[in-house]
Amino acid sequence: MSLSLILVVVLALGAMAYWLGRSRGAAMVVAGGHRIGAVHSLPGYHGAWVALLALAPALVVLAGWAIVGEGVVTGQVLAAVPQDVRPVTPLDTSAFMNEVRGLAAGDIAAAFNPAAEAVAPQYRAIRGNYNLMVGALALALFAIGGLWAFSQVRPDFRARNRVERVVKWGLVLASVVAILTTFGIVMSLIFESIRFFQMVSPVEFLFGTKWSPQTAIRADQVGSSGAFGAVPLFWGTIFIGAIIAMIVAIPLGLMAAIYMTQYADARVRRVVKPMLELLAGVPTVVYGFFAALTVAPAVRNFAVSIGIADASAESALAAGLVMGIMIIPFVSSMADDALTAVPQAMRDGSLAMGATKSETVKKVLVPAALPGIVGGVLLAVSRAIGETMIVVMAAGLAANLTLNPFSSVTTVTAQIVALLTGDQEFDSPKTLSAFALGLVLFVITLLLNIYALAVVKKYREAYE
Amino acid sequence: MASVIIPENEAVAVKLPTDWASPLMRGRVAARYRAERLFKLLGLAALSLAGLFLAFLLFTIVRDGWTGFKHTEVRISVSYDPALLGVDPAAATGPGGLEAIRRGDYIGLMQRAAAQLGPAANVVSDGAWLDLRQMVEANPAVLGTTQTVWVPVRSSIDLLAKGKFDLKEPEISRGVSNDDVASYNLLETRGLLKTSFNTIFTGAADSTDPELAGVWGAALGTFMTLLVTIALAFPVGVLAAIWLEEFAAKNRWTDLIEVSINNLAAVPSIIFGLLGLAVFLNFFNMPRSAPLVGGLTLALMTLPVVVITARVAIKSVPPSIRDAALGIGASPMQVVFQHVLPLAMPGIMTGTIIGMARALGETAPLLLIGMRAFVTDTPQGFASPATVLPVQVFLWSDDVQRGFIEKTSAAIIVLLVMLLLMNSAAIYLRNKFERRW
Repeated sequence: MSLSLILVVVLALGAMAYWLGRSRGAAMVVAGGHRIGAVHSLPGYHGAWVALLALAPALVVLAGWAIVGEGVVTGQVLAAVPQDVRPVTPLDTSAFMNEVRGLAAGDIAAAFNPAAEAVAPQYRAIRGNYNLMVGALALALFAIGGLWAFSQVRPDFRARNRVERVVKWGLVLASVVAILTTFGIVMSLIFESIRFFQMVSPVEFLFGTKWSPQTAIRADQVGSSGAFGAVPLFWGTIFIGAIIAMIVAIPLGLMAAIYMTQYADARVRRVVKPMLELLAGVPTVVYGFFAALTVAPAVRNFAVSIGIADASAESALAAGLVMGIMIIPFVSSMADDALTAVPQAMRDGSLAMGATKSETVKKVLVPAALPGIVGGVLLAVSRAIGETMIVVMAAGLAANLTLNPFSSVTTVTAQIVALLTGDQEFDSPKTLSAFALGLVLFVITLLLNIYALAVVKKYREAYE
Repeated sequence: MASVIIPENEAVAVKLPTDWASPLMRGRVAARYRAERLFKLLGLAALSLAGLFLAFLLFTIVRDGWTGFKHTEVRISVSYDPALLGVDPAAATGPGGLEAIRRGDYIGLMQRAAAQLGPAANVVSDGAWLDLRQMVEANPAVLGTTQTVWVPVRSSIDLLAKGKFDLKEPEISRGVSNDDVASYNLLETRGLLKTSFNTIFTGAADSTDPELAGVWGAALGTFMTLLVTIALAFPVGVLAAIWLEEFAAKNRWTDLIEVSINNLAAVPSIIFGLLGLAVFLNFFNMPRSAPLVGGLTLALMTLPVVVITARVAIKSVPPSIRDAALGIGASPMQVVFQHVLPLAMPGIMTGTIIGMARALGETAPLLLIGMRAFVTDTPQGFASPATVLPVQVFLWSDDVQRGFIEKTSAAIIVLLVMLLLMNSAAIYLRNKFERRW
């Protein structure tokens, strides 16, 4: 009996419990002669209360089993495998169990590993037994909870208050998910980073200038050491995300925002606003494809034409340019907000003194809106350095510490993807270094965001 | 009355009125207006540049990609000889007939049929024999007959038919061999080729051969992933928004929740991939590459968007609605669920759709949880390996075979159309149901 089938049965029974509670509540209303106040709660609340008490314990049991069940069964099945053919490493175990599961479910007809074939029936039997036990337990709890709640259904029973209290706790639980997510991110990054820093010193990681994470599989292999100096990665990230992209995005985004807020009439805005939204909505993988297929060869040809012979096909400039264009709508909308927040009186005063529109913008509006614009730019930088697909597809993986925009550089995000795709061993510094990089990225973007939001907020308050 | 004392020995500067007609002042005014026009032009240029870029991006993608929805087929006649094929017609129609049909030697059948094309025999796609098998499976009566069938050609012939190669270039740099060009010309002059709607692209999953690769598997994977995402992010996000907006007391816990949500909205998406990898895959041992895990990861990423937009929508419902409902005896919970929430729903839906559109285009976190698996079949369930459209785009863009450039662009077109549909739905909802109070 599969878990999903048990779940469907329990849910169907839950619907029945609701209906029973509701009918009894409705019958009480009839018995009370439809007099207001004869029955405290509406029939639906009685039904919901019965269903809640019946379902909650059963669903908790099922959810718990869904999480730990596979581990328990796997442990028992592995114990049944003879010692000499039992898989040792976690990777082998996982492959072995995948075969066993496939065989048991009938997805695959035969396994590479004869031992897996031998234990497949056992797996099925153990799994079936446990599922039956858990199902029986869930149904028993269902019956106890349901019957108890059903016995409570009386005219003076405050079902609504009970149900509402449960719903309130549900709301709290939903809110706590956000804290849990933050907590999960921080803990997983810190936990894996600590493991990494036990193997590689944080000083080497943060200040070393050589990045070559390839560690040898065998000890005698050439270049087995692996170097984890992340400075070239940090530089590449800043070079692409905070320098080249911003050189493109800040002037274009700012000018676009100035034109939109000061010059364009409503008709132009109606056309341009959706266009910018469209530009912002294009998935980054599309930008990446465009950067790799169209922009990068053009940049390379340009570099060759101005006499740079060893121009790389993957260049910081191509990735930075496209990333800058991706960021334009973001910068423009932040600048738009900042410019419109400047009080109308300041603009009117400047115009009344005889200044032209452009003079007003340059001498009054932009200086007044500067904190807001700077905050917006910082948010844009934080978004650019966290951007992944464009740099993965167009910037390359060569960790160069260079100022040459035509050479290939790599970024933190591109390395995280490179390190974590393919087979992973969670005890090698190569894999764990991705989490250390992630931690750095998380901390930097968090600080940037907090600072930028504080700047923007303070600036808004100054004008309110 | 005090008089102003002017020292005798100081010259008094006499302020003359500005002579606006003087050439000097005229020149200044003209220069200022020039600067004004230039500034305005600069603004327009910045906007146009952004617009041009968008147009250029869409243009190159449509130019490269629209041919991906067509493919070239070659006509051959296949004689389904039961003896050579190794399928007994009697067994094929009986019980277990499908098994018997599957055991046939269709690759050999295809090779014999393709041999009629003479020197151009190798134009047939490596996977074309699957078509022949499908024909028999659909109708066992074809055994023993000779049928005329259209089968897909190899990718380089397909690209030749679409004119993707510059034939004036020397063989070494144009990406297609002289033999292929000769085969193509031979078949074309004999009228054996036709171009039709590419049902393989719209109906199949990934493949190592460009002519056999399709987006349907990835589209289905995307659909399943987003289903998990919306099933989690929507209820949790709306409930959290209700709590924060309607019930939460102003205390340290509420502040902590608000700070978490605002920060999560700005965390780079790849960090969510690391979270999914460390927590869902390594800690909870969930299956790699599965839509379930992908959906969970994207749900955590979308959640802040849903919460923030839902709060705005709930806040915009006027207090008089709440007061009226409370006044006739509704409990606070009834006020929220029976009055405030239905009124806020259009705004919440709009925000959710925008969040889902973002999740639809997301690639990086899914790469980290293994959704870059090479999956040649449509996904079987929420826990079995699958890939999604943006990841499929990434995988194909990485492929060196020339035919995949066209497929990548075509897959991007599919992705962009899906995005456009979702965004249009959001705009439609906003315009139709938005209420000004």
